[in-house]
Amino acid sequence: MSAVIIARHARTPAERFKDAAWVGFVALLLGIPMVGLTTVDQGGALTVQTRFGMLGAFVGASFVGRFIFRWIMDQVRNRRAAKPAVAKVDRTPQAIKVIGWAVLGASIALPIAFSENRYVIDTATTVLIYVMLGWGLNVVVGLAGLLDLGYVAFYAVGAYTYALLFSHFGWTFWEALPVAGAMAATFGILLGYPILRLRGDYLAIVTLGFGEIIRVILVNWTELSNGPNGIGSIPRPTLFGLPFDRNPTEGTQSFATFFGLEFSGMHRIIFLYYLILVLALLTNVFVSRLRKLPVGRAWEALREDEIACKAMGMNVTNVKLSAFAIGAMLGGFAGVFFAARQGFISPESFTFTESATILAIVVLGGMGSQLGVVLAALVLVLLPELGRNFSEYRMLLFGTAMVLIMVWKPSGLLASREPTIRLNKATAAGGQS
Amino acid sequence: MSTATLLSVENLTMRFGGLTAIDDLSVSVPAGKITAIIGPNGAGKTTFFNCLTGFYKPTTGSVRLVHPKKGEMRLETMTGHRVARDAQVVRTFQNIRLFPKMTVLENLIVAQHNFLQDASRFSIAGIFRLPGYRKAEAEALKTAAHWLHRLGLTDIADVAAGDLPYGTQRRIEIARALCVDPVLLCLDEPAAGLNPRESAELNTLLLSLCREEGIAILLIEHDMSVVMNVSDHICVLNYGRKIAEGTPEEIRNDPQVIKAYLGEDDEETASGGIAA
Repeated sequence: MSAVIIARHARTPAERFKDAAWVGFVALLLGIPMVGLTTVDQGGALTVQTRFGMLGAFVGASFVGRFIFRWIMDQVRNRRAAKPAVAKVDRTPQAIKVIGWAVLGASIALPIAFSENRYVIDTATTVLIYVMLGWGLNVVVGLAGLLDLGYVAFYAVGAYTYALLFSHFGWTFWEALPVAGAMAATFGILLGYPILRLRGDYLAIVTLGFGEIIRVILVNWTELSNGPNGIGSIPRPTLFGLPFDRNPTEGTQSFATFFGLEFSGMHRIIFLYYLILVLALLTNVFVSRLRKLPVGRAWEALREDEIACKAMGMNVTNVKLSAFAIGAMLGGFAGVFFAARQGFISPESFTFTESATILAIVVLGGMGSQLGVVLAALVLVLLPELGRNFSEYRMLLFGTAMVLIMVWKPSGLLASREPTIRLNKATAAGGQS
Repeated sequence: MSTATLLSVENLTMRFGGLTAIDDLSVSVPAGKITAIIGPNGAGKTTFFNCLTGFYKPTTGSVRLVHPKKGEMRLETMTGHRVARDAQVVRTFQNIRLFPKMTVLENLIVAQHNFLQDASRFSIAGIFRLPGYRKAEAEALKTAAHWLHRLGLTDIADVAAGDLPYGTQRRIEIARALCVDPVLLCLDEPAAGLNPRESAELNTLLLSLCREEGIAILLIEHDMSVVMNVSDHICVLNYGRKIAEGTPEEIRNDPQVIKAYLGEDDEETASGGIAA
C-alpha cells in the first residue's frame, strides 16, 4: 500500500489543476443551497434571495485552497520519501512518559494559576470527569474489545445511587462512594450475563438498549427517581468532614473557619477539581496495574482472539464479566462525583449522546491508551468550549476536527501499545534512562 | 504397542443436522507417542479435534482421558476451557490463532493465565505486588523463557506476534500451547504453509517433545514428509469413518488408504487428488 504511494510520480500542475477543479465543482454543488441562497425577512414575509458573489468567492476559495493544500501535501511527501528510512528508533514510549508527566504537572498547577477564574476550573473539572469515564470505558472497549454503547447507564447508576442514599438515608459522599461503585459493578454484571455470547454489532445494539432502558426507567419510575424532575439539593463532598459552607451550622466548623481563611466560593470549586483529579489518578493507577496482571492480559487476549483464549484454558465468561464489572464500577464512581458536583441530577444528563462522547474519547485517543484518553477528552471537551465564538458553526468545526483526526490518525491519537511484560527487563530499563 | 493408553475415543459421532461429520469413530492415543490423523479434506479431522477439546459437544460417544496425575476424565462432558485447564489437553489451530497485537512473550504468559490468576488472588495480591504473586510471575516468566529458547524465539520475544512471518507464528502457537503444560498436545496442521526446511525443523521439534518431555502428540497433517517421518501410529479418516489404522509402513501400503487418496476409478479422483 505505502509502496504504491511512494512509487507514484509527483503530480503535474495539470493534474493538480484538475483535482482542484473537481473540488471546486463539489463546492459549487454544496454551495448553491448553503451559500448561494439565503432567506430575508421582507415586511414580515420570508423571501429567498440569491448571493452569487458570495457563492463565487466560496467556490474560488475551495479551488485555490485545494490547489495549495495538494501542493503542500506533495512537498511533504517528496521530502519524506527523500529521507532515508534507516535507524528509526521508536521513541514513542519515552515521549508518552514525558507528555504524561507534563500533563500531570499542568493539571496540579492549574487551580493555582487560575485560582480566581471559575470558568477555567469548572471546564477543567468537566474534562477530568470525561477522562475518568474514558479510563473506565477503556477497560471494556479498549482492553477487552467489547463495544459498549450504553456506558452512560453505569454513570447514571452511580449518580442515582448517591442521590437516593442521601435523600432516603442521609448518607454522605464518602459513605456512598464505595456503595455506588459496587452497585454499578453489579449492574455491569447484570448487563454482562445476557450478552456473553454476543459480539461486534449485536453487542453494540444490546448495550445501547441497556443504556436507554436505565434512562427510561429513571424517567418513568417516579416513586423511585422523581422522574424527569430529578433529584436536587444533593450535598457537596466535605474535606474530612469540613463542609465548604459560608455559614456552618451552629457548633460545627467549615473549611474556611477551620483554616482561618476568609470564605470564598472558589474554595469549593478548587476542592472539587482536586477531588476529581485524585479520583481520576487513582483510576489510572488502578487500570494500569490491572493491565499488567493476568486479568488485564486476559482482557487484551480476549480482544485479540476469543477462541484462542478458550483453547488456553481461560474462563472467557469470567474475563468478560470482570471487564464489565470493573468498567462499570469506575463509571459509577464518576457518577457519584457528578451528582455531588452538580447538586442536582435528572435523567436528561444521561442520554445516549453522553455514551457516544465517552466512546469517541476512547476511540479518538487510541484504543487502550491511557494518555490518549486524556488528550482526546481535552480535545472533545475543549473544542466545543473554544468554539463558542463561532456560535452555530461550533458543531461543524467540532465534526471537522474529529474527521481530520481520524483521517490523519486512523487508530487514534496515541495508538502505540506498550507490552505489559518484557523478557529482557535490563534492556527495557536501559532504553528508558 | 505395550504403552498405556492416554486417550481413548469410543463410538464418537458428531452430527450437524443431517450431516454426519464423524461416524462411530473409535481411536486410542498411546501415552508418550505421536499419533497422526490423516485423511482427505472434509474427512472430519478438525471436527474430531473440536470434539476432543470441548469446542463441540459430540452427539454420542465418549472421550476418556487417563490423566497421569488426576486419573480418568471424560472430556466430552467438559466445556471448552476446562479441557485445557483441568485435563491439560491443549490444541493449536489450522488457521493460526495468536494474539497478534501482544508480544510473543505476552502470548506465552497469557497461556499461563490460570496459574497466574490463582496466584494473584482475585488480583488483590497482584495490585499490591505481594511476594507470592511476584514469585508466581517470575516462575511463569521462566517457563515462557524456557519454551522461547527451545523453539528459537528468544530474540523476538518482545515483538508483536502479528508482525512476524508465518512460519514463526506457527512455532509461537506451539510454544504457547506448551506453556499450558499439556499432557496431550493436539496440533491441527502444524506444517501448513511451512517450507521444506521449516517442515524438517518441525519434525525434529515434535520428536524431541515426545521423546524428551514425554508429551503425547496428536497430529492432523497433510504434509506426508512430516506424517511419515514422525508418527508412531497413524489413523486414516474418510467421510467421518476410520478406514485404516497402523504404523506408517502399514498405512503406506493399505489399499483402502490409497483408494481414499487417489480414488478407485476415474470417478472419485477429484476430491482425493487435491488432498494428496
